[in-house]
Formats: sequence, structure tokens, C-alpha cells
Amino acid sequence: MTPLNGTIENVLLGLMSTTRDVLPVIGVIAFFQFFLFRRSPDNPRRLVPGLLFVVVGLYLFVEGLSVGLFPLGETMAMQFAQPDRLPWLYAFAFLIGYATTMAEPALIAVAVKAQEITSGGVREWPLRNAVAFGVAVGIAVGVHRIVAGDPLYVYIITGYVVVIVQTPFAPREIVALAYDSGGVTTSTVTVPLVTALGIGLATNLPGRNPIIDGFGLIAFASLFPMISVMGYATLAKYWSRGATRARPPANDKES
Amino acid sequence: MLRQFARMAFEILRDILPIVLVISIFQLAVLHQPFPNLGGVVGGLILAVLGLFLFTQGLNLGLFPLGESLAFQFARKGNIWWLLAFAFTIGYATTVAEPALLAVAAKADQISGGVLDQFMVRSVVAFAVGVAIAVGVLRIVLGHPIHYYIIGGYVLVVAVTHFAPIEVIGLAYDSGGVTTSTVTVPLVAALGVGLATSIEGRNPLVDGFGLIALASLTPILAVMLYGIWVY
Repeated sequence: MTPLNGTIENVLLGLMSTTRDVLPVIGVIAFFQFFLFRRSPDNPRRLVPGLLFVVVGLYLFVEGLSVGLFPLGETMAMQFAQPDRLPWLYAFAFLIGYATTMAEPALIAVAVKAQEITSGGVREWPLRNAVAFGVAVGIAVGVHRIVAGDPLYVYIITGYVVVIVQTPFAPREIVALAYDSGGVTTSTVTVPLVTALGIGLATNLPGRNPIIDGFGLIAFASLFPMISVMGYATLAKYWSRGATRARPPANDKES
Repeated sequence: MLRQFARMAFEILRDILPIVLVISIFQLAVLHQPFPNLGGVVGGLILAVLGLFLFTQGLNLGLFPLGESLAFQFARKGNIWWLLAFAFTIGYATTVAEPALLAVAAKADQISGGVLDQFMVRSVVAFAVGVAIAVGVLRIVLGHPIHYYIIGGYVLVVAVTHFAPIEVIGLAYDSGGVTTSTVTVPLVAALGVGLATSIEGRNPLVDGFGLIALASLTPILAVMLYGIWVY
């Protein structure tokens, strides 16, 4: 048990560190707001607590995960990254990809925004699940690539081709959001655990070079959600079209 | 009020639950190992839940309105150059200090024995993100569909991959993923959507998103080009 003053010092340092990460954003915004527009931002009474909550909340979230989850997850990643545990490895990769994405704050934010501007047309929960499924498959495929020793660009280019082929068929409204979801989801929670998995694999598999094989999992985690979100939206479009055709015409008795 | 809080608490627990379950099941049922430091784990998770709750509140109170208000003000001002300058600076500033990028760059520096200088990697990536946000904002204003930009970007990436030294390829593809931080994503999303809302003839859903996608793409190109230069 660390003495209380040690803990307080750690908390202050942690908060300072998180604030320092946010400072560039605040700085740029403040510069443009006050020097270009020459006025105070709208609603400062909500803005300041809001920003404070974001910083403190993010700090607590990251700290909480660093203490409660990452050490465990990283050790586990190392333990599963063995060639003789293959089925468990794929299961772990899939599930950890799914789970980290569902917890990803950045994705929650984007999904909430999407639901808001479409007034519920795009719903937050199905969107996040679609992204999470994509990441899960992506990590599993990425792990497989490392185990099999295949070159990275083959998979990536295939993935790009799939995205390009999917795009014309997907509902136009979802395309930009789908493209964004890959980049959004590789953030606070996903990156450390997935990186640990990749490094663990590269270390434990004989003949693997960490430079070449250790990186590359994040790329898979960014690529597959695009496919899964567009796929889900395309399916939803065709399903609802089928339902409209199959629905019997309105009965006068019911009106 | 209490009901709203309870619903929010439920949603956040629901967000954290999958991770907890996965780790627990694998630890206990598959690896047959007890939890080291169970108290710390539980405490950490409670902290994480609290933090996520605060974060989402802060988003709705401060970050989203800020992004939207900035978008409206730029649209009102009508000067494209200031908007592009803002977009570039936001992209650059948020990326250059990004902890995940620092970690990746340091690792690359170490693994490559110094050939890939970590400061250069960070600057190159930050520059690329700045360009991406600026281009993305320009796209919103002009109203071009996103897929032309992204697919064009993919073609470029594939072409450059052909020439890039193999040591950089994995790093390059990953650097696109690590740059979009938890704070910048909501802000940039709100900015994009806000712009698309305040400019006539633009659809917030179709045109407002896509900035993050671009910001994940350009670093790949930039890092590979840097790799070609130093190797």
C-alpha cells in the first residue's frame, strides 16, 4: 500500500500529464477563438466544467484501466501468443478485439453523434457492435497473418479491394461514417492491448522479426470495421427493402 | 434525475463488461490462474467506470458544443483560408504530443537502431494529420464525396508500399491508427458535422464524417515516404 502522499503525488502527476496532452488542442482553439473571432466562446459556464470533466474523466479511465486491466491483459497476451495454443489464441484475439472496441470512448462519442444527427436513423448500439465485430475479425486475421508468416501488404491490399468493391453498394449515407470508424476505434483501450498481443506473438514465435511482424495489427483493427459497418448497412438496406415488398397492403378495416 | 443517472451507469457498465468478462474468463477458465491483485483490479475498474461516465458528460457539456460552435463561427466568417489554417494546426498540434504516437515512434527508433529518428517520425506524422484535416475540411466545403479521396489515397498507399523498405511498412500502417486520440476524435467529429450543418447543401451524415478516415490514411503515406528517404 503506497503512503497517501505518494498516491496524491501520483494522481497530480497523472492529471498534469493528461492535461498536457489536451493542452495543444485547447491552445489552438483558444488562439482562434480569441484572436480570430475576437469573442468568448458560447456558453462558457458549461464549457469549462465540460472540458474539466473530459480531462479528469479520461485520466481516471486510463488510470483505472492501467491498474485494473492492462497488466493482466498484457501478461495474458504474452501467454496466449504461443504457437501451441492456436485455437485459444484466435478466440482470445477475436474476443479482445470485440471487448476493447465496445469500451472505446472515442467510438462511443462518434456513435452518439451519428445517432444524434440522424435522429435515430443510425443507432448507437448496432453501430458500435458492427465496428466491434469488424475489429474482432480484424485482430483474429491479423494474428493469423503473424502466425502464418504472410506478408502484410497482401492482406491490406485485399482489404482495400473489398472496401472499394463494397462502397458502391452500401447506402451512401453510411460510407463516410464507415470509413471513419476504423480510425476512431484504434484508441485508448484498443492500442495497448493489441500492441501487447502483437509484440507477444513476435517475441514468442521463432524466426519472427519484431520490426516487421510486431507492428501491423493496428492496421487490421482499422481496416476491418470499414468492411463490417458497410456490410451491416448494406444488409439492413436490402432487408428493409424486402420487408417493404413482402408487407401486405394496408387494410381499410385497420384505419 | 436518479433514473437518468441509473440508466447512464447501466450503459457504462455495459460498455466495460465485455472486457471484464473476456479477461476474467480467459484468466480463470482457460489459464486456470487466480487474479493477481484482485483488489487492485476491482478498484481500477471502478475508477475506469467513473472516468468514462465523467468523460461522456464532459463531451456533451463541453467538447461537442465547442466543435460545433467553432464550425458555425468559421462558416459565418466565410474565409476558407483561416478555416484551413485552423484545421491544419488542430491536426498537427494534437498529433505531435499524442502519447500513443510518442510510444510508437520511440519503439521504431529503438528497433531500427536510430535510422528512424523518433522526432522526425512524430513530426512527419503530425504534418500528415494536419494536411489530412485541412484536406478533409476542404472536401466538406466543396462537397466532394468521400470515397474519391479515400480510394485515391488507397491507390497511392499501395503504390508507395511497393517502393518502401520492408522495415517501415508495418510501422507506417500502424501509425495511421494510433494518431486519433480520444479527445481529438469527438472534437474533429463535431467540427466536421458542424461545418456540414452550417454550409448550405451539405448533409451532416454524408459530408460531416470522413475527417478521421483521412487522418488515418495520410500518416501511412508520410511514414513510408520518410522511410524511403532514410533507408
